[in-house]
Amino acid sequence: MEAFGLLLHGFAVLLTWKTLALMMVGLVLGIFVGVLPGLGGPNGVAILLPLTFTMDPTSAIVMLSCIYWGALFGGAITSILFNIPGEAWSVATTFDGYPMAQQGRAAEALTAAFTSSFIGSLVAVLLITFLAPMISSFALKFGPPEFFAVYLLTFCSFVGLGREAKHKTVISMSLGLLLAGVGMDTVSGQLRMTFGSAELLRGINFLVAVIGLFGISEILLTMEERLALRGHAASISLRVVLSVWKDLPKYWVTLLRSSFIGCWLGITPGGAIAASFMGYNLAKRFSKNPESFGKGRIEGVFAPETAAHASGTAALLPMLALGIPGSGTAAILLGGLMVWGLNPGPLLFVEHKDFVWGLIASMYLGNVVGLVLVLTTVPIFASILRVPFAAVAPMIVVSCAIGAYAIQNAMFDIWLMLGFGVVGYVFKKIGIPLAPFTLALVLGNRAEDAFRLSMIGAGGDLKVFWSNGLVGSITTLAIVLLFWPVIDGLLVRVGLTQGSKSS
Amino acid sequence: MKAAITLAAALCGTPAFAGWEPTKPVEIVVAAGAGGASDQMARMMQAAIQKNNLMKQPIVVSLKGGASGAEALMYMKSSEGDPNKVLIAYSLIYMLPLSAKIPFNWRELTPVSVIALDQFVLWDNSAGPKTVKEFVAAAKAASAPFKMGGTGSKREDHVLTVFLEQKTGAKFSYLPYKSGGEAATQLVGNHTESNVNNPSENLEVWRAGQVRPLCVFDKERISYTSKVTDTQSWADIPTCKEEGVDVQYLMLRAMFLPGKVTAEQQAFFVELFHKVTQTAEYKDYMEKQALKPIFLTGKDMVQFLEEDDAVNKSLMTEAGFVAK
Repeated sequence: MEAFGLLLHGFAVLLTWKTLALMMVGLVLGIFVGVLPGLGGPNGVAILLPLTFTMDPTSAIVMLSCIYWGALFGGAITSILFNIPGEAWSVATTFDGYPMAQQGRAAEALTAAFTSSFIGSLVAVLLITFLAPMISSFALKFGPPEFFAVYLLTFCSFVGLGREAKHKTVISMSLGLLLAGVGMDTVSGQLRMTFGSAELLRGINFLVAVIGLFGISEILLTMEERLALRGHAASISLRVVLSVWKDLPKYWVTLLRSSFIGCWLGITPGGAIAASFMGYNLAKRFSKNPESFGKGRIEGVFAPETAAHASGTAALLPMLALGIPGSGTAAILLGGLMVWGLNPGPLLFVEHKDFVWGLIASMYLGNVVGLVLVLTTVPIFASILRVPFAAVAPMIVVSCAIGAYAIQNAMFDIWLMLGFGVVGYVFKKIGIPLAPFTLALVLGNRAEDAFRLSMIGAGGDLKVFWSNGLVGSITTLAIVLLFWPVIDGLLVRVGLTQGSKSS
Repeated sequence: MKAAITLAAALCGTPAFAGWEPTKPVEIVVAAGAGGASDQMARMMQAAIQKNNLMKQPIVVSLKGGASGAEALMYMKSSEGDPNKVLIAYSLIYMLPLSAKIPFNWRELTPVSVIALDQFVLWDNSAGPKTVKEFVAAAKAASAPFKMGGTGSKREDHVLTVFLEQKTGAKFSYLPYKSGGEAATQLVGNHTESNVNNPSENLEVWRAGQVRPLCVFDKERISYTSKVTDTQSWADIPTCKEEGVDVQYLMLRAMFLPGKVTAEQQAFFVELFHKVTQTAEYKDYMEKQALKPIFLTGKDMVQFLEEDDAVNKSLMTEAGFVAK
């Protein structure tokens, strides 16, 4: 139990009043930047990074990682209250979180989100603590074919397991894939679909699209239906927290499944984004009552949040051990480490033990302190919904616009956001699901690159996707999931015929 | 060097130091992803400036690596007249306009200073061949072409791969990854047989004994002789020419302001980055990451850029990477 001893040493480094105070400051700042839609995660951490330059490395890292945890917690708040995901992995939280808030159950949804975030992170931190060396070598097994197989699995699980009409899912996904192709193509080094415009060169930023598709379109819908944000009936006492916790054991399978998916995808470099979607889809698939998903089911908050945070936390491992950040926020954190001359790599764990174990210990402490902190804010945030819609809506639109602008300092992105707002509105009206679109937009490019790199490497031979046990089983699983409705039907039929014979 | 600064000062007719100072936080624009060589260098400068109080305003690093770095170039181009943004440039300023027809010309920006020259090294997995000769022989004998990892398409790494093919007669499949960090991990995981990363991109995995440097693409060996691994220093790596493969390439690391800034603003940054090159942080970084220190400004810098541009253009043309 060498790891355990090192961890205790890490705690010893951290448990001083000064570090605890820095932790609180970091968490509050993190939650604050996480709450501002669009501005969230990466930008917030980037702005706060210089604050840490005057500190000693350990304090700086503790502060930075607490900003990171704070931003992770904070990201769920806007997803639930206003249907505006702050980070890619908060998208799936909106599916049930926002309906819950509309039904006056915002406090419940927020508690569920925070609690499951905590559980997800905790499982991942435990994994990092005890299995770090093994996991780093697992991550190294991923070459282009393996990456493509994982992306394929995510896409296939959407088509195969989704409850929406299959053709609508495919339409939505294809449009997303099309837009993901705008900009520079890494493999050929050429521009595509930019039509000579310098603005389109950058490609379509995922967060700009999401702010429009979810946030702006929701405002449009609410305006049309002349609805106030129905939050006035929200019970906002801390008792909600206890009642949600009391129900928690009922959902242990979902929590465990999502934690597992999150950890698995998180340690796959760059795979963290897919986790929340997959967690959500699988929870829906295995539910006895799948129709109730998307209409404000608490399990629909537990599943993606647990997976997202397990992966968000596990993603720090490839960042530390391999130098490949799993998310935008992790990328900024990576920059923070480099300022201190702490270069991520296989030797970081050997040469900077104090730092690494201090960081891991701060993951435990930061999460516990963070949970307590955010839970006490639940009543405050939930009560935002009591403000009349007429007063809140302009503020949401303005902060969406600021968020969209801040991502790349481009005015063009505000127009793009408004455009996506209209697209989102139309999609909702004609019943095309938005989730496959956003998923394809964020993963399309990576999936394409991975596929083409595999093809270059293998000389165009598709057998490369079955060339070893790892990639073979992921690819096969993907195809099984894609045709799941057909397979499921066949199984039922076989089952029935057998049943009739025996009777 | 002093002369260059005085020259810059003389150009605007006023003493440089009494003049302009940034009034807003200054942004170092990085034309690459997180953790790459440009990012690491920007972080070093950020730390050097802040820890030594070289500037009153804070300095932030903004990553604009979208579209293989074209995002940063267009961002600088559209920031005309804004003296609070400074680009840390490398050879993409010559290559991207040629290969992808990006409407960009470095002459539209304001040159500040060339601050370093970066090396390229041929690396293979530490379980692979031990010398360039063995490596080339193995590549020729392999049934499928050896996979060469690199950053981006039709850029430095890709050009080097093409010239390596021409000089050795071996064939490679070039795999363009999104960053040097990714190319490094993929080599460690045995998904590629080799890469041509900058020293800084492979340093950590070399120290961990996971990759092996075969040769450096320069006419002379790297000068740093202190041990990097248990047994080897940067100076122990032979040049490719010594090993019979005559391919040479050095890449600039240079700072630019957007176009149409005043001479006073330019002079401020010339002075600032000159001070940066005097700091312990800079010197330490140069040695650790095996960069060649250099400091050029004013006319010297423009002359250097023109010559470098011509070299890159001819390499790109010869490799067949110039878009029609």
